[in-house]
Amino acid sequence: MGGYFTDLFTGTKSLLDGMWVTLKEFPRRPVTLNYPHESVKMYPRFRGHIELIGDKDGKPNCIVCSMCQRACPSGCISLAGVKPEGEKKKVLSRYILDFTTCSLCGSCVESCNFNALRFSNEYNLASTRKEDFIMDLLQRLEEQNR
Amino acid sequence: MSLTLFNVILAVFIAICFVGANAAYLVWCERKGAGLFQRRPGPMENGPWGLLQPPIDGVKLMTKQLLIPGGVDKAIFMVAPVLAMFPALISFVTIPFSDNIVAHPIDVGVLMIFAFAALGGMSLLVAGWGSRNKYSMISSVRAVSQTVAYEIPLMITTITIVMISGSLNLSDIVQTQLGGFWSWNIWPLQKQVGFNLLMPVSFLILFVCSVAETNRAPFDLGEAESELVAGFHTEYSSMGFGLFFMGEYANIVIGACLTVILFLGGWACPVGDLGFFPFTHHVGWFLLKIYLIIFVFIWIRWTFPRTTIYGLLNLSWKYLIPISLFNLLLTAGLLKVF
Repeated sequence: MGGYFTDLFTGTKSLLDGMWVTLKEFPRRPVTLNYPHESVKMYPRFRGHIELIGDKDGKPNCIVCSMCQRACPSGCISLAGVKPEGEKKKVLSRYILDFTTCSLCGSCVESCNFNALRFSNEYNLASTRKEDFIMDLLQRLEEQNR
Repeated sequence: MSLTLFNVILAVFIAICFVGANAAYLVWCERKGAGLFQRRPGPMENGPWGLLQPPIDGVKLMTKQLLIPGGVDKAIFMVAPVLAMFPALISFVTIPFSDNIVAHPIDVGVLMIFAFAALGGMSLLVAGWGSRNKYSMISSVRAVSQTVAYEIPLMITTITIVMISGSLNLSDIVQTQLGGFWSWNIWPLQKQVGFNLLMPVSFLILFVCSVAETNRAPFDLGEAESELVAGFHTEYSSMGFGLFFMGEYANIVIGACLTVILFLGGWACPVGDLGFFPFTHHVGWFLLKIYLIIFVFIWIRWTFPRTTIYGLLNLSWKYLIPISLFNLLLTAGLLKVF
């Protein structure tokens, strides 16, 4: 019989304590959001995949120095530029990010001296096809300008 | 009420509607309650606050394919879901919702409810056996051992109440508790037995047993999904599963009704018979009380984790049965003295 009634009382008390804990939560506001209809506030330091920064005319700030390409440890950035007739500077013609191997380390953003790269706020990135993650950032910038 | 054919059909129709509506919307309450206890909004997509979810789920269940797996004992397999639903439905016949709303007041109402509740346990055994699935089999064996273990303290507690009221008729049991919440059977002070300190404990025992009898968490060993897939209804699809589900929720309502009638004064108004107050014996009080009890069921389900089978049986055989037996003897003695 040792501990029979002690077990009974401590057991009942712990059950009631547990019920009190959940009852206190019952009337409180939900902490979750109804996701497709609502989503949490985006924070400025969120690291999505990189994107190009445009100037006020919508042209990329990039001067095709290729520092980001060289800084990338995974080799997922490839870019090219052309020099139009009569211009001194190169103009970006192609900027491809292979997001399948990107680890979001940020070396490219850090290496850029011309304020041409930043992290985007994009996080809805599920897909069943690998090709969806080979991103044309120049095209993305044009779409953003539109 | 005379037992004409029309009355019988009306009673059956109302009972089926009540059970169906309860089964559908208790699922909604359960999910909403689960959400609120876990600080989520719960179902929100279909209709305002997700209120259209139950009919949509019902249509989904009805339109699904009714699969009968190879190698099952077909007759038994088909009979089991009906056997789960039918006793719950028929028990409503004798439940007094108010002093004049009762389908058929049977003099052995309590006995009838327990007889059909045992049939509900039988349906679980039959479902597990007929499924030809080892998980279903283990689950139904568990469910039966649980039913046997918890029906004993449930009955003993009920006998205590029957001794106090002197009747097996549920309406008569309510009649003895009229006149304010202080004359309900849950309180120690009773005019028939003087002072019996164990009456609230008795109420707790009955409550725990009705949770266990309806196979609800934390006593849902029969459908422990982490161990047994889905237990006895693993092999059931479409309305076969639907009937088990409805039977389960109907049993919850029956359990709540029984708790309210035996201990909480049934349809009696909590403040007694005030001359000026019109609703002293009203079906509203009964419904309010049973839904409060059901809220506690939901509250318990979303608070406690599942027990082990040993914990479950230990609780019954080591605590509930001895205490309820002691209370039975004590009540008998007190009845003799007072």
